[in-house]
Amino acid sequence: MARAVVSLPATVKRGEIVEIKTLVQHAMETGFRRTQLGIAIPRDIIRLFVCTYNGEEIFRAEFHPAIAANPLLTFTTVATESGSIAFTWTGDKGFSLTESARITVE
Amino acid sequence: MSARRGGRPLPALAAVCVVLGFTQAAPAAEIPSAERRSGYEFMSRETRAMQDDDATNPAVLWLLDGEALWNRKDGAAGRACADCHGNARASMKGAAARHPAWDAAAGRPVNLEQRINACRAGRQQAAPLAYESRDLLALTAYVARQSRGMPVDITINKRTKPFLDAGRDTFMRRQGQLNLACTQCHDELWGRKLAGSTIPQAHPTGYPLYRLEWQGLGSLQRRLRNCLTGMRAEPYPFGAPEFVDLELYLMWRARGMKMESPAVRP
Repeated sequence: MARAVVSLPATVKRGEIVEIKTLVQHAMETGFRRTQLGIAIPRDIIRLFVCTYNGEEIFRAEFHPAIAANPLLTFTTVATESGSIAFTWTGDKGFSLTESARITVE
Repeated sequence: MSARRGGRPLPALAAVCVVLGFTQAAPAAEIPSAERRSGYEFMSRETRAMQDDDATNPAVLWLLDGEALWNRKDGAAGRACADCHGNARASMKGAAARHPAWDAAAGRPVNLEQRINACRAGRQQAAPLAYESRDLLALTAYVARQSRGMPVDITINKRTKPFLDAGRDTFMRRQGQLNLACTQCHDELWGRKLAGSTIPQAHPTGYPLYRLEWQGLGSLQRRLRNCLTGMRAEPYPFGAPEFVDLELYLMWRARGMKMESPAVRP
């Protein structure tokens, strides 16, 4: 079971810019490598990351084979209202992981 | 090279010896205490920030696994680490800073990985975890995390002294096809460049650590194997006594420095 760590301030002022950091456990196997016997190692990467804020999509990223293992993403959003921020990573071999965090806007 | 006349070296040979002066057996001086620097200080600002923030240090993913393993019942005895040791945050404080440490059963110093596996075999009656396996790295990282910020505290006594000396000998001894000793880079040339990388002083204060080059967590022995391979020497197998002696020497050499486990390195 893969793990993810998301970090953002729990409480912010309305209109404030919020920095969100996400770290996810994944080998990000490129598909370009071979074993010592010459057998190709199939690609196994995260393909898509989506972040929603109270159901509305605020950030999306497509991942490619050149991205390092355990991808770390940092992005920002504007605090509009209290609620839930959801994070979803999907990828090869049916990889799917969801994480969520609460944010309180004063 | 044995050419001598009347017990006096040839002038030419003497000149060669002067030119190659550094190859003579005199061991390099150890780095003075005030000049010792963690590998952290040789890193870029970005990599340092990555290590310092638990939201960006990728080793945190292993810490979460390690915490789960700490509380998971395992082996024929059906015991978890937590059943004997309780909360690791209190009971494991400083443990990593004291290892490698004397083990009476083994009759020699053991490193943290070996101590964990001895505990598994003895108390949990569970199979040992393989070196560099995800579980052993996670558990070691979780235990080592509890020593973060504490000074390395290796005490040398009559029992451990021979092992420290053996480790120092390995560090000072030239080996491999390149005929290099650890000391030549890490005592004499630290701060200079080896290809694009800055040569650090080799203080193992952050292990197990996340290397960006590895794209994962690894132990000190994995790092030592990298160095030996680079010297075109045959690396010792994981868990070899020579490695543990070398770990003991390196930790003693870093005595008093702050633990950073789990650190990030380039």
